[in-house]
Amino acid sequence: MFEGSRGPDLTDIPSAVAQPKRKSSPQLIWLIPIVAVLIGGWLAVKTILEKGPTITITFETAEGIEAGKTKVKYKDIDIGEVKSVEFAKDLDHVVLTAEMKKGVAPHLVEDVRFWIVKPRISGGQVSGIGTLFSGSYVEMDRGKSTTRREAFEGLEVEPSITRDMPGRQFVLYGKDLGSHDVGTPVLFRRIRVGKVAVNELNQDGSGITLKIFVESPYDKFVNANTRFWDVSGIDITADASGVKVNSEGLMAILLGGIAFESPVGSGTLAEADPDTVFPLFPDRTAALKQPDHEMLMFTMHFGDSLRGLTVGAPVELNGVGIGEVKSIRTEFSEEQDRFIFPVDVAIFPGRLRAMSRVGVADPTPAEQKARIDKYIENGLRAQLKTGSLLTGQMYIGMDLFPKAAPAKIDWTKSPPVFPTQPGMMVELQATLMNISKKLEDMPIGQISADLRTALQSLNRTLIGAEQMVKRMDKEVAPAAKSALDDARRLLNTTEQTLASDSPLQQDLRTSLRDLSRAAQSLRELTELLERQPESLIRGKKESKR
Amino acid sequence: MNGSAVTASQLGLCACHGCGSLSRLVAGSHDMRCRRCGAALHLRKPDSIARTWALLIAAYVLYVPANVLPMMRTGSLFGAQSDTIMSGVVYLWHSGSWHIALVVFIASIVVPLAKMLSLTYLLISVQLGWTQRSLERTKLYRILEFVGPWSMLDVYVVLILVALVQLKGLASIQPGPAVAAFGAVVVLTMFAAMAFDPRLLWEPKERHHV
Repeated sequence: MFEGSRGPDLTDIPSAVAQPKRKSSPQLIWLIPIVAVLIGGWLAVKTILEKGPTITITFETAEGIEAGKTKVKYKDIDIGEVKSVEFAKDLDHVVLTAEMKKGVAPHLVEDVRFWIVKPRISGGQVSGIGTLFSGSYVEMDRGKSTTRREAFEGLEVEPSITRDMPGRQFVLYGKDLGSHDVGTPVLFRRIRVGKVAVNELNQDGSGITLKIFVESPYDKFVNANTRFWDVSGIDITADASGVKVNSEGLMAILLGGIAFESPVGSGTLAEADPDTVFPLFPDRTAALKQPDHEMLMFTMHFGDSLRGLTVGAPVELNGVGIGEVKSIRTEFSEEQDRFIFPVDVAIFPGRLRAMSRVGVADPTPAEQKARIDKYIENGLRAQLKTGSLLTGQMYIGMDLFPKAAPAKIDWTKSPPVFPTQPGMMVELQATLMNISKKLEDMPIGQISADLRTALQSLNRTLIGAEQMVKRMDKEVAPAAKSALDDARRLLNTTEQTLASDSPLQQDLRTSLRDLSRAAQSLRELTELLERQPESLIRGKKESKR
Repeated sequence: MNGSAVTASQLGLCACHGCGSLSRLVAGSHDMRCRRCGAALHLRKPDSIARTWALLIAAYVLYVPANVLPMMRTGSLFGAQSDTIMSGVVYLWHSGSWHIALVVFIASIVVPLAKMLSLTYLLISVQLGWTQRSLERTKLYRILEFVGPWSMLDVYVVLILVALVQLKGLASIQPGPAVAAFGAVVVLTMFAAMAFDPRLLWEPKERHHV
């Protein structure tokens, strides 16, 4: 190989410059893996430290959930991520395994709730619109318990109330659901102050239980005496004062709603505790009616037909409802040997007490009985009355009948029998009967005979009168006519005589003038005689002019 | 090639790395300098095996977080997401772009790993003084050196995306901790490959022949 090479000989190559040996430095290069290990270790430790607890949440379906992508959020902040979605062993559920952030660990307690947030429209609100783009996520609501847990059951329906909302929850019992869906508004003076959180059928199916949430600060308006009622739709009432259409606003018409109000005078009561149970009334009138805690039961026997009297018909005192008909029975009375129809009536003494007397102690039952006895003595009686002539609805009216037959209540009976007075119709019938009987008793035959003779004599009298008139016509009328003619003539003459241009007038005027002239001459004569009395003898002296 | 070549060290000579002039080795001295340019003269890269090992071990250590930790955090209107290299590959594979998935998989997972394993193999072979397949091992080393910079692909992609996609609110991409680790792995393997002296592969053979 070297044979062919041309160039300097190998021996010409200068030797390298030798240098004193340096101190052998420590192998700095090993710092690199040490640093790498430190970095790697730090990253690993950090990751492990940051790693929160892993929890499982069970749902009916995993709609919209993607492993590794779906987040668990609380107040819209990521607090974890769904790592896997699997079937439960029974294939009935899905189990989400989620890795939570470390800070959340202490809050993962027993009553924490999870649900899947999806776009939703209910109760007039649209929620979860963001999930249309971002996909569903799992929302958490914090719990109150202190017991930690790692397996949870997710809610299928998004709860409308979360624990961090200030306010109070109350329970309402109602007859039927109406249109109260979850999220239906709760209104106070038509302001939306809360919503229905849960609606469910009672265990025995006897009604429904609603859980409503009233937000703070409005929850302070709910006290033990507060009434809740249904304001779904429109309330149309037609009564004597006209047609009334009542509604709690368009929202309530469309979505339904529950309104509440505290009756007057209950404002001083303490606020109701959370989860207090209230009845749900069908309408405002029913809700605000004075609750009838105590009632007295009576039985009433009416002689009248009970047609038109229904269970629930009012018992009124001077037109004020103080009770209602509870039942109408049919019984066979052995002693009277006929059917009787007892009407059971409930009287609410509470309604008779004035609001202003709230502070006054209620009378004892004995006092009450004594009072009622006194009223009965004064003539208080029950009477069937017609409420409406059109429909024939009846009610029971209580009134004082001072002339009523004396009666007394036998308090030993249960229920005691309340004395009654025959109804207006019965009375009217009796009167009419009396009249007809009297009519029957009248001697109509004799009266008619007398009447006939009277009529005959009257006839005769009339004929006589007619003849007289005729005679007068014949004899008196012509004479009267000539007399009238004479009178007219006389009047004409008189008129002519008295007219201004009549000769009589002329003559009268002339003679009057002559008379005045004569009077003047006479005055002149007397004056002359006064001045020259001698002239009477010597004659008139000529004046010397 | 029969491997029976004459080497500089056999002749007691050493070439300067700086200017290429040959110098005669001075017996008994370790630190020598080139007479012409003054550069340090080495027959072999100094501490080649130890340096390579150190860098290689560091690369191995960092390879773990590079693959386990998220590479990229994508935040958008549609939620946030963080992806590791492998989850990205899986996503690409499932979404139908299997060829891209393959490229990413090879460039980001296979190649760095292969590099590290190859270097380990070379180091072990040198330390055990194997005489077999010296040529093949040298070829392997050449491939290693050539491939080196190309496995930074991931880092490039992430950094470009981070720079480009910063639409406030709508979408943003942030690099994850794995980027640094991954970059470190690539750089460390490159340095390890550089620190390795392929001439060591031939040494046992030479000794054998001598």
